[in-house]
Amino acid sequence: MRYDTIIIGAGLSGLAAGIRLAMFDKKVCIVEKHVEIGGLNSFYVRKNRIFDVGLHAMTNYTPKGVRSSPLGKLLKQLRFSHDDFRLCQQDMSEIRFPERSLRFTNDFEFMRQEVAEKFPDQIDGFNKLVEKILTYDALNLDDGDRLLSRPVLESFISDPLLIDMLLCPLMYYGNAREGDMDFYQFVVMFNAIFMEGFSKPQGGMPFILNLLAEKFKVLGGELKMGNGVKTINAKQGTVGSVTLENEEELATEAVLSSMGYVETLNCCQPEVPETDACERGQVSFMESLFVVDREPRDLGYDKSIVFFSTQPRFDYKVPVDLIDISSGVLCCSNNFQYPEPLEEGLIRLTNLAHFGKWDSLPRKDYIAAKKECRAKALDALFTFFPDFRDNVVFLDSFTPKTIKKYTGHINGAVYGSPQKIKNGKTPVKNLYICGTDQGFLGIVGATLSGISMANLHLLR
Amino acid sequence: MTMEDVRQIILSILADIAPDEDISSIDDNTKLRDQIDLDSMDFLDIVMELRKRFNIEVPEKDYEHLATLAGCVSYLTPLLKDRQLAS
Ligand SMILES: Cc1cc2nc3c(=O)[nH]c(=O)nc-3n(C[C@H](O)[C@H](O)[C@H](O)COP(=O)(O)OP(=O)(O)OC[C@H]3O[C@@H](n4cnc5c(N)ncnc54)[C@H](O)[C@@H]3O)c2cc1C
Repeated sequence: MRYDTIIIGAGLSGLAAGIRLAMFDKKVCIVEKHVEIGGLNSFYVRKNRIFDVGLHAMTNYTPKGVRSSPLGKLLKQLRFSHDDFRLCQQDMSEIRFPERSLRFTNDFEFMRQEVAEKFPDQIDGFNKLVEKILTYDALNLDDGDRLLSRPVLESFISDPLLIDMLLCPLMYYGNAREGDMDFYQFVVMFNAIFMEGFSKPQGGMPFILNLLAEKFKVLGGELKMGNGVKTINAKQGTVGSVTLENEEELATEAVLSSMGYVETLNCCQPEVPETDACERGQVSFMESLFVVDREPRDLGYDKSIVFFSTQPRFDYKVPVDLIDISSGVLCCSNNFQYPEPLEEGLIRLTNLAHFGKWDSLPRKDYIAAKKECRAKALDALFTFFPDFRDNVVFLDSFTPKTIKKYTGHINGAVYGSPQKIKNGKTPVKNLYICGTDQGFLGIVGATLSGISMANLHLLR
Repeated sequence: MTMEDVRQIILSILADIAPDEDISSIDDNTKLRDQIDLDSMDFLDIVMELRKRFNIEVPEKDYEHLATLAGCVSYLTPLLKDRQLAS
């Protein structure tokens, strides 16, 4: 038995690619190391509660009937109807900096109005920037584009505070680079967050993941769980098979890998020389989840997502310490338009974190450090927001070390390498990559990445 | 297969590709692209479905014949005329 394609990883990109291939009768097998599907966007169980790992919100919300948007494309390529995803829109989100706040909804004109009111002298520049974004071809798969965002933004907007406020959400939700952001990525994320917007599926990530996995299996795809790929066997620059952790060898015509670019090359046998020249991702996060005894809005938290900085200048970079408490993302899962309220209140807090620092802590210090960092992050948060410590009934935190452990991404880098391989090619002829390191990020992005790489390389 | 059979097949492919669209209102002589905003990804899907269901290859230079429903029918009917409609 020889497969047409073996897909490495049952995250969103791998599952989406698998559906496309199985749909057209390809013999396809997805091999997943972990015992759960989902990768960076999986879920876990603690004390009978199911928590999403990576879901604050799905970006790219567009209503039913819009088919040319990323969400519309994703749905039709995977042959789902909009209703199948059971998306519930956000109420309202906010970017909060000292003494200045910008609110936004899934209606872009609301945000434009906010900018006009809060930054009256910048609105003309902002509108011109929006014009540029609308006409910019950010989805071009050619690799030539090396434009960075800050210089472009400075040519339209003269107030550095507004620039930082615009960058804050876009960086947190989709930037692998420290300090600045590739301009094409800025455009992708600006569209995804401000022009389109946020929603959450009723039933959370388990619901969406099961929908994808079920479709893949019904179409005849094979899914192997709890048994990772140990080596990609690529003699003379061509893959012939992969060997799994249990030594099983699977013959295949091609491999599509979602584990990351360098991670993929590291698995190749014989070794692929290019490996050392690739930039490794560094940006990772610590996230804490707080189950509270009432609706977050009754504690003074009425926004869906808040991107905040406690300092006038926002710095997106790997912190010197374990975490950076000066900025973060706050997500209130309840504040989405669900048909029925969620059973419990849930507040999530995300901060930038340093993988190496977490990874080198001995076990007992690691546990203590989690507690200490969580407390520090809350102290910083409560300089801005009402205190909810007395209302917490359950809490949990994960760190870059957790992310590395469960997804295999080097440094627990949530957005992978800053250097994206947009065409998905590797030095090995029939080995391609999709997902995080191909360049489309987030839930919708990763899914589209799997679809487009399958279409481009494996279906023609 | 008759022209009407071929027409029904195209409609069923379109219904699969675009579950949220109202297929019944499609006009035979207006570009499909303008009626249910199909993009190049969707045309690939039509071609792939034809390959999967009937084992026929549409070369890229012939994609233009698939622009309207009437175009699809006149291009595909000769290729499918000896086929039985699968049950
Ligand atoms: C804390 C956090 C919050 C996030 N919040 C959001 C959000 O609110 N909204 C949003 O849109 N996105 C969010 N994201 C980002 C989003 O989750 C990712 O962009 C997306 O899930 C990436 O999917 P992927 O398929 O590219 O990669 P992955 O999900 O990483 O898939 C790769 C898979 O490969 C598997 N694998 C690795 N090595 C091997 C091997 N050797 N053999 C077999 N399998 C292997 C891994 O186990 C994994 O399942 C968040 C991520 C995190 C971590």
